[in-house]
Amino acid sequence: MTNVLVCVKRVPDPTGEVVLTPDGMRVDGRYAGYTTSAHEECAVALAVQVAEASGGTVTVLSVGSDDSLEQVRAGIAVGATDGVLVEADADTLGPADVADAVAEAVRAREAAGTTYDLVLLGNDAADTGDFQVGVRLAYLLGRPVVAGVQTVEVAGAVATLRGEGPEGTEVYEVGLPAVATVLEGGVAPKYPSVMGRMRAKKAEVERMTWSGSAGGTGREALSVPEAPPSQVTVLGEGASAAPALVAVLRELKVVHS
Amino acid sequence: MAALPASARCVVIGAGIVGNSLVHHLAELGWTDIVQIDKGPLPNPGGSTGHASNFIFPVDHSREFADITLDSMRQYKELGVFTESGGYEVARTEERMEELRRRMSSAKAWGIPAELVTPEQVAEKVPFLDKDVIIGAAWFPTVGVVDSLRAGTIFRDGAVARGALTTVPNVEVTGMEVVDGRIRAVETNQGRIEAETVVIACGVWSPRIARMAGARIPLTPAVHQMISVGPCEVLAERPGEISFPIVRDMDTFCYERQHGSDMEVGSYAHRAILWDPEDIPSIEQSKLSPTELPFTEDDFDPQLEQALELMPELLGDERAEIRYAINGLLSLTPDGYPVLGETPEVKGLWSAAAVWIKEGPGTARAVAEWMTHGNPEIDLGHSDIARFHPHQKTRAHVKARTSESFIKTYGIVHPSEQYTSNRDVRLAPMHASQRELGAVFFETAGWERPHWYESNAGLLETFGPEQTMPREHEWDARWWSPIINAEHLQMREAAGLVDLTAFAIFDVVGPRALEAVQRIIVAQADVRIGRVVYTPVLDETGGFRSDLTVMRLAHDRFRVVTGGAHGMADKKWFSDRMPEDGGAVVVDLTSSWTTIGLWGPKALEILSSLTDADVSPGAFAFGTCRDIELGTLPVLASRISYVGEFGWELYVPMEVGAALWQKLLDAGTPHGMVPVGIGVYGTTGRIEKGYRAYGYELDTERTLMETGMSRAKWKDQDFIGKDAVLAQAGEAPKTVLCSLTVDDHTSASGVKRYMLGGEPILTRAGESLTDGHGHHPYVTTAGSAPSLGKHVLMAFLPPDQATLGNQLAVSYMEELYPVTVAAVDATPLFDPENLRIRGRA
Repeated sequence: MTNVLVCVKRVPDPTGEVVLTPDGMRVDGRYAGYTTSAHEECAVALAVQVAEASGGTVTVLSVGSDDSLEQVRAGIAVGATDGVLVEADADTLGPADVADAVAEAVRAREAAGTTYDLVLLGNDAADTGDFQVGVRLAYLLGRPVVAGVQTVEVAGAVATLRGEGPEGTEVYEVGLPAVATVLEGGVAPKYPSVMGRMRAKKAEVERMTWSGSAGGTGREALSVPEAPPSQVTVLGEGASAAPALVAVLRELKVVHS
Repeated sequence: MAALPASARCVVIGAGIVGNSLVHHLAELGWTDIVQIDKGPLPNPGGSTGHASNFIFPVDHSREFADITLDSMRQYKELGVFTESGGYEVARTEERMEELRRRMSSAKAWGIPAELVTPEQVAEKVPFLDKDVIIGAAWFPTVGVVDSLRAGTIFRDGAVARGALTTVPNVEVTGMEVVDGRIRAVETNQGRIEAETVVIACGVWSPRIARMAGARIPLTPAVHQMISVGPCEVLAERPGEISFPIVRDMDTFCYERQHGSDMEVGSYAHRAILWDPEDIPSIEQSKLSPTELPFTEDDFDPQLEQALELMPELLGDERAEIRYAINGLLSLTPDGYPVLGETPEVKGLWSAAAVWIKEGPGTARAVAEWMTHGNPEIDLGHSDIARFHPHQKTRAHVKARTSESFIKTYGIVHPSEQYTSNRDVRLAPMHASQRELGAVFFETAGWERPHWYESNAGLLETFGPEQTMPREHEWDARWWSPIINAEHLQMREAAGLVDLTAFAIFDVVGPRALEAVQRIIVAQADVRIGRVVYTPVLDETGGFRSDLTVMRLAHDRFRVVTGGAHGMADKKWFSDRMPEDGGAVVVDLTSSWTTIGLWGPKALEILSSLTDADVSPGAFAFGTCRDIELGTLPVLASRISYVGEFGWELYVPMEVGAALWQKLLDAGTPHGMVPVGIGVYGTTGRIEKGYRAYGYELDTERTLMETGMSRAKWKDQDFIGKDAVLAQAGEAPKTVLCSLTVDDHTSASGVKRYMLGGEPILTRAGESLTDGHGHHPYVTTAGSAPSLGKHVLMAFLPPDQATLGNQLAVSYMEELYPVTVAAVDATPLFDPENLRIRGRA
């Protein structure tokens, strides 16, 4: 039975043009909406796989305000068992603070009887891209950590973690308990079913507070770099353009040869 | 990609369903040199068309909507982009079943196939629907879905092939050049296009674009939530986009519509979520498109549960995922009708906005006809942009009313239902007195008008139930009171005082005023000073643009008095037809004058007691007006009547209205005069007299011949519509406006029922009738005729049915009631000789 904790962050949906709030301190999601980072959606999907295979549980945790409940419940809607909200103004926290808050929650749960064999996080958040929380958390918990993981298999007390790197596939075997940060690409995250959504709405989410205070690295300001000039290449017209189009699609790995 | 031309005959802004349909119809009607621009790419530039559900239910309680929708369906079919699926409106409550019965009436009236069915019948065609959740349904076999993007492409391509159109996508409008009140050019991020005619077909962005020219398009972007759930096995098994009927779950304000292997659930049940056009994101800022905004799931959760109740197996399948969920933006207007026509503020600048998929092509055809020769085949009176009074164009009004009406999209809306938001905007000078008298206010054009006065409740005993005809069924009696009938009877017995402040009043003034008015009205305008003329106003085809009264106040001044609801459109019609040289102008005096009606057998005594002027019938003839003095109050008295009684409309400056009202109340009360509401003025009084009302019996699709308002002789002078009228005079009418009385009100349950308007007229056996236009007869006005002790209906009948004493039936809530034709022309049912008006009764 493997119990998994997945950490998710509420982020502005990154698919549109980045819009900053007037104070320049945050990415504004009023047009694109808010979501869970793609890496974290994959982490939830992997966690559900692992837990289902072993009869364990999945807890989704977020550090943030009440708004972040939406992301916690989104995780429950696609198969997680329960949720934890660590109440905090996430925008004032740096990665060290978040890692500390999560570590505190893990210990609190452990004290209450729930031990997490595996803690999964996204490799990096879609809005801040700090790449730090997973590693810092592992350090605080005194557990091994693997970054850039795309698939997870658990057999007994050992997890096999795989990730595709530039040099090929990296495979790690890690003794549990452990921490891993997930990169999208190894699993297709699900959309919620109607029943899942209804379950999530009614599911209990435990609220916790963090005893620490913001002290790690923080944010001074955000700026949006100028968009690179867009370049249009006409591949051709009609049927004769097909080979050129196929070549581009292959290059983009939309189709595989 | 085409470059942006520097000039065009016509610029159409917007490449959604409206703009695309419009360029096609303009090209069909011979327009060339049309330039269409859109800030987005083709074929889906990112407006509301791109995320539309694309299904069409043809039935609507409004004839205008129904006709436009039927025309749109015909066009979609011609393009080969229509798939007939059939559709159900299901009822979970008895109250809804009653509404579905009423929808059957509208369907029959507009000639739309429809029938009521059992839950089992629904489940036969929609096996995944839980029949135990519903108690019945309405089945509309002609419901279908369209490919609105494909339709747009075909329309555009056709116009391009004709050489009439250049479409340039990815062009954003940055400004509008207006010179001397006329559009001159459209400024864009890719240069300026000069054009004398510009159409704003920009959906939710329309208000923003119009403001660049100083014009107003009163609509608001509003959120309509929808999700798509799939893949669903039972849906995926069948080929094509749709093979199961669409279900409207009316009581939960939701619909379920198959979309390939997915089931789309859409909702009109959530709180009204309104946006400002300025806040809509750009294409780049949007995740999907500017009108597909982030889904707010908390708003949708209750609907999700209700949808699950209705289709538990399909939507409850764990393998089916919510793959798409948006807060889709669409356009809403304060009164629910589109915003069409040339803007009153800027000549040459047109609006074709707040039009949904089901109305797109039909509306575009009508607007194109309007732009081409001024006379759309389908009457667009309710949608005319000129209808808005100034306060109705404010953003606060638009938001207040749309917030209130959004939830009514699938709601059960009584035909007389009043808005509750943004009331008390325009108050008559005698408003305080009316409140004291217990007035129940209805709204017209922002004016609070007493519909009846509770202080007259005592009259119910005086006249008794036989005469006041109380209605036992709650629906029939909603927004109504038998006090209206009691006021009516008291007016006929003694006198009634009517507040008519809501009239729209404007003067046509100047050396060429006579010439201008003469050309616009059917009646002779060259009358002596002090004459009052009631006249139709026609369009070139002989259809009604209005009916109104004109007072000649001086050799160079004519005062036009018309209904408040249609007043602004009338004002534009007159203003647009003033001489170019400024020899006559229209001056709006609506806010300067109030009008009080005094009518009844005692009116003469009452007025005589207040004035030294001789106001007796011999000295003050019918159809004349003059200045008289009521003590210290100078009054313009006009001897006409819309209620069939002797008396006057008394005009005074707004600020002395309260004083005149009080003076008349004081003088009249001892004579038995009572204040009388619009319930009498607008319905009971007029229906007994067979008076036609604009928007009910009269519109651009009706002619003088058909409404029984033809004349033996036409004036020598030319007037708009004269050629058509002369041509029609030689032809037999295709339909005839009749008055009918209801012979028996008893329903199957024994409860007496009273029709409210809109119901189909059938043969006694319940068979459908069709007139020479291919229309089916329906009730244009229904109301009590207390002096006759009857409930009276007006309806256009096929000529062979328009015979006195002809026995027909009216269908109301799916039951037949016997009716008899009582008048086949404008002959009044009450006092046919008009002795009362003439003061000879």
